[in-house]
Amino acid sequence: MTPFDAKPGRRSVLRGGLAAASLVAMPAVLRAQAPVVKLGIIQPVTGALANDGDLGRLGAELAIQDLNAAGGLKALGGARLEMVFADSRSNPETAAQETERLNGEGVAAIVGGFASGLCATATQAAARYDLPYMIDVGVADQLTQRGLRNTFRFAPSFGMVTGAALDRLVALNEAAGKPARTVVIVHEDGLFGSGLAKLLQAELPKRGFEILETIAHPTPARDMANVVLRIRSLQPDLVIPSHYYGEFVLMARTLQQQRVRPKGIYAILGGAASSLRFVKEFPQAAEGVMDCNHWPDPRNPKSAELRRRTEAAGRSFAYNVPMNYSAVWLMAEAIEKAGGADRLKIIEALSTGSFGSGVMPYGQSRFDKGQNTSAMPLNTQVQGGDVKVIAPAEYAEAKPNFPLKA
Amino acid sequence: MYAPQILIEAALNGLMTGAVYALIALGLTLVYGVLHIINFAHGALLTCAMFAVWGASAWLRLDPYAAMLAVVPLMFGAGYALQRCVIGPASGGSDNNILLVTLGLSIVLENGLLAIFRSDTRTLDSDAALQVVEVGPLLLSTPRLIGFATALAVTGLLWLLLERTDTGRAIRAVAREKLGARLVGIDVDHVYAVTFGLGCACLAVAACLLMPTFYVNPRSGAAFVLVAFTIVVLGGMGSIAGALVGGLVVGVVESFSGLFLGDSLGQIGIFLIFILVLLVRPTGLFGVRG
Amino acid sequence: MTRRDALPLVAALALLAVLPFCGLPGSALNFLVTTLIIALAGLGWNVLGGFGGQYSFGHAAFFGTGAYATAVLQLRFGWNAWGGLAAGIGLGTLVGLAIGYLSFRAGLRGSYFALVTLAFAEVFRILANAADLTGGAAGLLLRLEPGLATLQFSDRRLFYLLVLAFVGAALLASRWIERSRFGAHLIAVRENEEAARALGVDALRVKLGAIALSAGITAAAGCLYVQHFLYLDAGVAYGTWISVEALLAPIVGGIGTALGPLVGALALQGLGEATKLLAGGVPGIDLVAFGACLIAVIAFAPQGVVGLVRRLRGRRPAEA
Repeated sequence: MTPFDAKPGRRSVLRGGLAAASLVAMPAVLRAQAPVVKLGIIQPVTGALANDGDLGRLGAELAIQDLNAAGGLKALGGARLEMVFADSRSNPETAAQETERLNGEGVAAIVGGFASGLCATATQAAARYDLPYMIDVGVADQLTQRGLRNTFRFAPSFGMVTGAALDRLVALNEAAGKPARTVVIVHEDGLFGSGLAKLLQAELPKRGFEILETIAHPTPARDMANVVLRIRSLQPDLVIPSHYYGEFVLMARTLQQQRVRPKGIYAILGGAASSLRFVKEFPQAAEGVMDCNHWPDPRNPKSAELRRRTEAAGRSFAYNVPMNYSAVWLMAEAIEKAGGADRLKIIEALSTGSFGSGVMPYGQSRFDKGQNTSAMPLNTQVQGGDVKVIAPAEYAEAKPNFPLKA
Repeated sequence: MYAPQILIEAALNGLMTGAVYALIALGLTLVYGVLHIINFAHGALLTCAMFAVWGASAWLRLDPYAAMLAVVPLMFGAGYALQRCVIGPASGGSDNNILLVTLGLSIVLENGLLAIFRSDTRTLDSDAALQVVEVGPLLLSTPRLIGFATALAVTGLLWLLLERTDTGRAIRAVAREKLGARLVGIDVDHVYAVTFGLGCACLAVAACLLMPTFYVNPRSGAAFVLVAFTIVVLGGMGSIAGALVGGLVVGVVESFSGLFLGDSLGQIGIFLIFILVLLVRPTGLFGVRG
Repeated sequence: MTRRDALPLVAALALLAVLPFCGLPGSALNFLVTTLIIALAGLGWNVLGGFGGQYSFGHAAFFGTGAYATAVLQLRFGWNAWGGLAAGIGLGTLVGLAIGYLSFRAGLRGSYFALVTLAFAEVFRILANAADLTGGAAGLLLRLEPGLATLQFSDRRLFYLLVLAFVGAALLASRWIERSRFGAHLIAVRENEEAARALGVDALRVKLGAIALSAGITAAAGCLYVQHFLYLDAGVAYGTWISVEALLAPIVGGIGTALGPLVGALALQGLGEATKLLAGGVPGIDLVAFGACLIAVIAFAPQGVVGLVRRLRGRRPAEA
């Protein structure tokens, strides 16, 4: 942020007014030199998914701010990006309706969506108009398998996340001398949790683990006492949870209260395991929790800066911010490569080119049938009251603490 | 099969959770019994109460149990005002319209909280949440024990209030025969508002008992609405004792079906029992009217 | 009298039929399709709730069954969409009959009936969320392939007209209820079941007839929903949102009137769109306005929009 970015004083308003007046007086040809490209941002900022949507919007806002501050779209003569925001209200009908509205407002492309169900209807509405759509996180594999040529996904798909999570779990266990053999899986009964449980049930036994029990629970859960009761009676080496923030907090606190201390808690897309708020509020319950999740590249100084700016905005940092921040940068690059707001050219550029991945650890992003093939999650662990990346090695900030001492 | 110790613990967990459910259902059943309305705003009002407890703790550094002294009167007043100034006048006494007004109210409250507090999930950072009482091999959560005892006490107090005080008699009179009550000089609108206020006060107590172990965000109250409805019907609409027994039954059923079916499918247990009870005994366990 | 009564109905349908050919933008067309689908669900609810006085909080059970049947038959069994649509309506009707038989025979009414339907819908939701047949929690995605057999049209105005045809049929059914012997019996049961029975009305049969028709219409809405959005999961199909929308539209529009659900759905969805204009930096403000408007509408139009119009018309001397 520049110091000039403070509230508009009387003088700057006056100056702005003068500038506007001169703009009106300018001939049309000159005015066309600083064109505006509209970018649609769609997130669920009300309803059940409001928290994720709000953080996603913040990420997109920061990206557009930075892009414009850095001179706009340079390949288009410094064209400014203008955000047109849409709230999908956490329901698929509104997601489709708002996509229609964004199309009506003439956006060049759309970034966002968050949940798979919201992305499903929104991408399809956009497909009618060949409107390029970059899904931020919606994980369902099927989203990019419907033959919609306008649809791209920046984040790793469900299969990619779970594959990486599984491989790294095995590697982690082997490196520590195989201390963990028995596993209890605790998952929310939504798309991700249920799919994950099914996959782990098929894969973990092949890799030398024994699954003692798989416990599904609804979101929101009122109580985790039963889940913890079962974990306590089964005494597993490892607990693999996958659920949202509230449920993870309930579970972690109840585990601590009931003095259940497995050798490791290995979350996969855990809602709180890599949330800094959780770490701050419950340092004891959080310490040692591992998570395989979307996470920005810790070596990129911009990651830490984004975290500071998120906190300055009064929000607690989560992956939605860097994910959307980076996806907007990528879309901007695609628009530049396409040489303008022509939708088919943007789709063409996205399908063939390679792009910077902002602060996400994806190297150069390339899209195959819409899926970013370079995308991958990182493994983190709460250590000393902070979230540290522990795998893969090239991104690691710290050594894994596993098994935890009982 | 589980070890007996686990089964006992599950039953105790169910009873303790059920007592708090009962408290939430108590507010609902009271309002139903007197105003004959299904209050759609119940969940949102619970969320409001939870935010009030959170605010008292975060800003005033009040212990959640001590906060009861402030939050209960606050919610009573809010409930009284809502019924007197919004629900009553806007609905004009028609049942359909009360339904719509409470629905509208829930939308306003939930999104108002979202606008003010944003969507973050908040928790109390009190150590009390982690304390346990050791009974032999069992570890019983202290806040849940407190919750259990308080919920029983409040139910008793409410029963006394309804049976032994003039206000209680007026409420019962209005519940039974609105027109007759008006004829003998009871201010029906006032009684309605008091009843609604009492319902909200129950929610306030429940919020104070929940917050040490639960969390709050603008939608967290919604988790308890459906279960409260089932308890109200199970116990018989308008019945105080029914709400308590219904709450405990639902708590235990939920606990065991969660143990054997998993928490997710276990939810079916509650609804199936609910449906069966209604089909066999359509007035609920303690219901009187046909 | 009857012919003049039918006039607003025909006029509304005609107006809605020509609307998409006046160069409406895509967002307006999509808005109308969604609104008409909700209106259809509301028309279904109104048969049982409005004319029959049996308030259901669980019309999602029928909506979801119709939607799932349409999607599952196409995806898993290779049916074409028309077969799926017909089967969806049929299955929805059966579910209605089953729920109706169980609960009416047990003598459930009022709030008890309302909540038992809610419980049935919840049971369906939990099962659909867990079963493989319904795609579990991942839900079902239909492929976007326009064609007559898939009931998807590259020109969406055709799909809109199809939905409108269903709405028209449901309006006709409502009108028929208003005038038929069946309808008279149904209304008699609503007003006083004991008295109706004493007059020789078979109350159980009448109520079963109403819930079957009601469930069938709402199931049709579910089928059309999935054909329009091509996506379905348990929360969408059996969630409380559609149960609430289905009862909200008739109550706001005018309960127990043929046009009420259509008017109510248009008013509510329109209000929802209008309040979006207020959406700014702070999320939630627009929905606060929506809720407040809802309360205000009820305060000023306690008989619903249709009732309000009738009252205003009644006041005008020229009309009399």
